[in-house]
Amino acid sequence: MKYDYDVIVIGGGVVGSAIARELTRYRLKIGVLEKESDVCTQTSGRNTGMLHAGFLYKTGSLKAQCAVEGNAEFDQVAKELDVPFKRTGKLIVGFTPEHRERLERFMERGKANGVPGLEIIDRARMDEIDPSAGGNFAMYCPTSGILDPFQYTIALAENAVKNGAVYHLNTEVTGAQALEGGAHLLHTNKGDFTSRWVVNSAGLNSAKVSEMLGIPGYVIAPIKGEYFVLDKKAGAFAKIPVYPAPNPNNTFDTHATPTVDGNVLVGPDSLEVDDFTDYSATQASMDGLIESGSRMFKHMKREYFIRNFAGIRPKLIDPVTREIQDFKLELRPEVPGVINLVGIESPGVTSALPLARRAAALLAGQEKLEPNPSFDPIRKGIVKFSEQDRETQAKLIAQDPNYGEIVCRCETVTRAEILQAIHNPLGVCTVNGIKYRTRASMGRCQGGYCETRITAMIREELNKKPEQVELGFKGSWMFTGFMKGGAAK
Amino acid sequence: MRTERQAVIVGGGPAGLAAAIQLYQQGVKDLLILEREHFLGGILRQCIHDGFGLTRFGETLSGPEYAHRFIQQVEDLGIEFITDCTVLDISHDRVVTAVSKAHGMIQVKAGAVILSMGCRERTRGALSIPGTRPSGVYNAGVAQSYINLQNIMVGKEVVILGSGDIGMIMARRLTLEGAHVQGVFEVQPYPSGLPRNIEQCLNDYNIPLHLSHTVVDIKGRERLEGVTVAQCDEQLKPIPGTEEYYPCDTLILSVGLIPENELSLAAGVELDPRTKGAYVDEYYQTNVEGVFAAGNVLHVHDLVDFVSLEAEALGNAAAEYLKVGTLPPCPLEVKAGQEVGHVIPQRVSGTRDFTLSLRVRHPLRDCAVVVRQNGKELLRKKMRKALPAEMIQMKLLGEKLSSTGDLEVCVE
Repeated sequence: MKYDYDVIVIGGGVVGSAIARELTRYRLKIGVLEKESDVCTQTSGRNTGMLHAGFLYKTGSLKAQCAVEGNAEFDQVAKELDVPFKRTGKLIVGFTPEHRERLERFMERGKANGVPGLEIIDRARMDEIDPSAGGNFAMYCPTSGILDPFQYTIALAENAVKNGAVYHLNTEVTGAQALEGGAHLLHTNKGDFTSRWVVNSAGLNSAKVSEMLGIPGYVIAPIKGEYFVLDKKAGAFAKIPVYPAPNPNNTFDTHATPTVDGNVLVGPDSLEVDDFTDYSATQASMDGLIESGSRMFKHMKREYFIRNFAGIRPKLIDPVTREIQDFKLELRPEVPGVINLVGIESPGVTSALPLARRAAALLAGQEKLEPNPSFDPIRKGIVKFSEQDRETQAKLIAQDPNYGEIVCRCETVTRAEILQAIHNPLGVCTVNGIKYRTRASMGRCQGGYCETRITAMIREELNKKPEQVELGFKGSWMFTGFMKGGAAK
Repeated sequence: MRTERQAVIVGGGPAGLAAAIQLYQQGVKDLLILEREHFLGGILRQCIHDGFGLTRFGETLSGPEYAHRFIQQVEDLGIEFITDCTVLDISHDRVVTAVSKAHGMIQVKAGAVILSMGCRERTRGALSIPGTRPSGVYNAGVAQSYINLQNIMVGKEVVILGSGDIGMIMARRLTLEGAHVQGVFEVQPYPSGLPRNIEQCLNDYNIPLHLSHTVVDIKGRERLEGVTVAQCDEQLKPIPGTEEYYPCDTLILSVGLIPENELSLAAGVELDPRTKGAYVDEYYQTNVEGVFAAGNVLHVHDLVDFVSLEAEALGNAAAEYLKVGTLPPCPLEVKAGQEVGHVIPQRVSGTRDFTLSLRVRHPLRDCAVVVRQNGKELLRKKMRKALPAEMIQMKLLGEKLSSTGDLEVCVE
């Protein structure tokens, strides 16, 4: 029997895209089914953008192993995939003797996990590292870093596509049927797909998909966290991520983190919710973040607020004790053809490639994988005008005059970059898709200047009618159409 | 492209155009206007309603007509301008760096830099409005741009938050284009736009204005589905139990304008936290020598006529600076006292006539604007009413001023 794909990956988040990319190292036909209009629209894109070091997780756990491994290799990964990344280090600050005790405990755990360079430092050292940090003492972790989770996921997906993988966007798996020899028939809103292997990397929906594939029983608790995004003017004060001492549940409360682009994120709080899709910002969380964020970051001022967002972390919990579990990565003999990843949450971005290699190893344990001779690990992103010196900028304009037209003034994004984003390798054509690829409209005016230009460019370049332009999610129409008289001249 | 100019004007909207013309007429002819849009005229291009020009020209014009009078003059005088050209940086020593498709990277050393970049709209993020992030939430000026410049309609069932002038003008515009505007909600107990717009844009179209109300939740995953509105108390906090849900597909925000001063900051210009624009003296010069500011980049105006007049005054002062090489010191501070939101200028010489602009903090009746120096009353202007929406201007005569002692402006 002939199948559509050798491997279908369900879910195009950071883990699914890392798996797709990793599997293109072999002679395999890879398909990715993503229910949204772009990669990275859910948990993978809705987080702090930390490259974690791995001191927080239980020694020997998959979380600890993958975080340490993913952290160590990321300079190389960022270079290969052209992903914005800074190894900033991180301060985990404390105020009380109890905090100090907890920090020391985590330092020991970190050392046992293989995290290098951890030390407890006093206020004087903290002032040298970042005077804007709150707290009386801190654990300093030199290997933590910050990255752009959108760019990273997009880079993994684009590199996977370059090496032969196929992405099916707006394609939601609605059911699955086991065929002979571990193969599967997957039902989706876009028709049926067959594949010899299925990888479940469905994130928030991983328990649901797991059940569809014949592995029931997992329980995911959706934990929502809200954030404030602060202006780059506040970013000038934030050199390094500043976290509070872990709370008694071994998780972090609100922290302030500079982003790799120079903004500051304040958040997240943490609230168990019922709804896996509710990304609304709430007044209660905002009030809480303003209060707790001000303790971590001295420049948490209203004039710097530019946006709020929320993310939901799919925490795998014990159905009885409700205790939070380790990442689950499995290939069960009784359910052949299914590689199952459940409860991949923080540190999922850091762990994506280590998880992908482990998933590939499970597959390689079942059949001999031939290397793909044309695999190229290198992916080049869009050359960003704002990141170049004046001389290079002048050269870029000389080569392509579209680099001389600024479309987004807050983030200094040029027409040339927007055009490249509109014609991206994944075929994403939403306004948010362009935003995540270029940063256009991410600045302090939030698209007040550039959105009208970007939607016009989408219409021109992709020959769309106004009513076909979408903000992000499928169905997020922006216009009812032309007014009487038709298109403006 | 020549790399030195007497004056570079950043922004070819109403302020920049008026400043350029005035400079030229005062004999400063080596000018360059840099405009990021494809056409001169700034925001006036999308303001197709009328009511512009009553003060400046004694007649009522549309925005494009008002702009055209200045653009025509710029062209007739042969003042040089580059459109599609965005300024990236202004250095402390007045080197202006800009890019355009046609000219590539441009660097010009200017004798004087005129800041006339205008303002931008406050956003949902700046207000931290709770809720989801569907499509259909538009700033009023963005919706105006889509409708008036691209001929594209943004929605059908509309709620408007904020009674700023653009919001009210969009309430009328959307109604005329067939949308249903359910109401305008304003958090303050008084409107933030002009009385004439309440009459002509809301009352004439039976669009209700709800004062002391705000949006407390936004619903919808893909497209906006509705907003929850609540009544607010005197501290502008929503009152629990007063929530009301309005199904709608479009939310228009008209919640304030912020002078756009990122380039000014790069040049070392200090900003007044009250205006969010530069501190200027009576010559409209900022703390950086040779850098001047006027129009909405300096403080948000109610009428474009005052922008033009202010920029013309700037033109005279900058011309004097360029001819003499320096301007007289302005050591006296003008303080915003009781009930005064802000004043322009913030510093004066105490020796010359100057125009004082101010806004009141709250709506007041039967009041007087009083200017004092050294305990002495210099001026008292009685007013039947004073509104935060309306800028108040008055002339102070140099002969009445002392060259020592700060000034204080109060409304009593």
